[in-house]
Amino acid sequence: MSDQEDDFELSDLDDKELVEQIQDDLYDGLNDEVFEGVEILLERKWDANDILGDALVGGMKIVGEDFRDGILFVPEVLKCAGAMKQGMGLLRPILANSAIDISLGKFVIGTVKGDIHDIGKNLVGMMLEGAGFEVIDLGINNPVENYLEAIDEHKPVVMGMSALLTTTMPYMGVVIEELDKRGMRNDFHVMVGGAPLNQEFADAIGADAYGRDAARSAEMASEHARSVQAS
Amino acid sequence: MTMKTMQTPSSFNLFSAKDGLVSDDTKAKSRNKRLVLGCGALVYELVELIKHNPVVDQAVDLHCLPAHLHNTPQLIGPEVDKFLSEHAHRYSEVLVAYGDCGSAGELDRVIAKYQASRLPGAHCYEFFSGADVFQSMMNEELGSFFLTDFLVSFFDRLVVQGLGLDRYPELKEVYFKHYKKLVYLAQKDDPELQTLASQHAAFLGLDYEYKFVGFDELKPVTFGLDSEHKLGSIEVQHVST
Ligand code: B12
Repeated sequence: MSDQEDDFELSDLDDKELVEQIQDDLYDGLNDEVFEGVEILLERKWDANDILGDALVGGMKIVGEDFRDGILFVPEVLKCAGAMKQGMGLLRPILANSAIDISLGKFVIGTVKGDIHDIGKNLVGMMLEGAGFEVIDLGINNPVENYLEAIDEHKPVVMGMSALLTTTMPYMGVVIEELDKRGMRNDFHVMVGGAPLNQEFADAIGADAYGRDAARSAEMASEHARSVQAS
Repeated sequence: MTMKTMQTPSSFNLFSAKDGLVSDDTKAKSRNKRLVLGCGALVYELVELIKHNPVVDQAVDLHCLPAHLHNTPQLIGPEVDKFLSEHAHRYSEVLVAYGDCGSAGELDRVIAKYQASRLPGAHCYEFFSGADVFQSMMNEELGSFFLTDFLVSFFDRLVVQGLGLDRYPELKEVYFKHYKKLVYLAQKDDPELQTLASQHAAFLGLDYEYKFVGFDELKPVTFGLDSEHKLGSIEVQHVST
């Protein structure tokens, strides 16, 4: 984003400038700078949640939009995600020990059987964590049994499946059917995503929601979790 | 044609000057011809099947779109649409030499719009090896990464640069951590390409396997031209609206 040779100390910036600078550094995939920026905000007694939301999630939203609009490509997005990970690493222990429980509940997520693409899923996981979910990541190549076990153990508010291959997409329908058979289909929300999917496909297999990108998916999941908490 | 020294093709227009897209005279002539609109990654095999066979060559016009569209499959449908909107009306039939290629059904919608056909299958690794063979390779080792002759030749451009490994070598681990082996699905039995492929495997830190598959599965592009068959009766995917 910023292409001038910047020769300044992050600590010289005021809070607003620093948040913007962290977003910029995250966009440029600068791990150390993001880490340092987060550290400074913590020293300034910023709430870890606000740092996460304003600087990191805020920055990743811009990344997501530019990816969608074809301005950023997969390698750059991965660099941004790496920088976000650095910042999150610093915040995670603080958030875990926080007295106020702002958790939106658990989100079980995994790539379906036969598929080992995981970049999009990982990004969604990160944004969900940023939004306040406890994310249980089942990794790649998950048969229906893995989802069932995780649901049993974690009682999630939302379960998410990812697929990047036309040949593995239909397996999402298989999992949903199995949930139906076992009478579990309405116990939680089912979200699906992955580049070759669309709303039409999600509707056809009976998913509750289709997440077109990480930021939108996190928003949709949050809306759902809040409505569950309110009821 | 020595592939290894050539620049990565961006977009091929293989219409020769005389059967090109320009003159009115030619437009009239192409009305009885077949248009094959292919993925740039299939260009060598398509040239071999079409341009190297005079009977087929005079009945088919071939055009390939840039191979790098592979990494942005959402653009494949619109690019095919753009090309066909300008040229399809001049042909008696249109075959799109693509698989679904992760276009999320968009390519099939475009193909239906022009009453065209496409190759069967999800992607070129699947149709080069045949769906059953591909599935059994995936069952045997899901962590397989496939290369074709084209990808072996243009690995630097399409894999290394395409995935940003030249700019960010550290991403290799992020992309390939779940992969165990590189499988070279060869169209031609070429020892030089095999050496290159094994070097690519080493670069990615993967085991190397060689499998000759040929390119018979691309033959639908010539069907009906040197035999009695019509395009509609063979194994290409016809998409209905
Ligand atoms: C990167 C990539 C790879 C990497 C994967 C690295 C990894 N660790 O995941 C590598 C290079 C290893 C790879 C391998 C293969 N790939 Co690949 N790959 C891609 C590529 C270029 C980008 C995918 C990606 O990561 N996008 C970036 C992320 C951020 O986007 P995303 O995944 O769409 O995720 C977003 C949304 O969809 C959504 N989302 C995703 N999941 C979820 C889940 C939930 C619950 C929700 C709510 C939302 C959500 O949010 C995400 C974030 O915004 C795509 C093409 C493309 N542009 O889609 C091909 C693509 C998916 N691959 C493809 C193929 C064919 C393969 C291979 C077979 C190729 C080969 N040469 O062997 C192998 C797979 C082999 C195997 N054993 O399975 C094809 C699939 C075609 C098809 N018809 O299905 C594609 C479409 C390329 C193409 N045009 O041919 N691939």
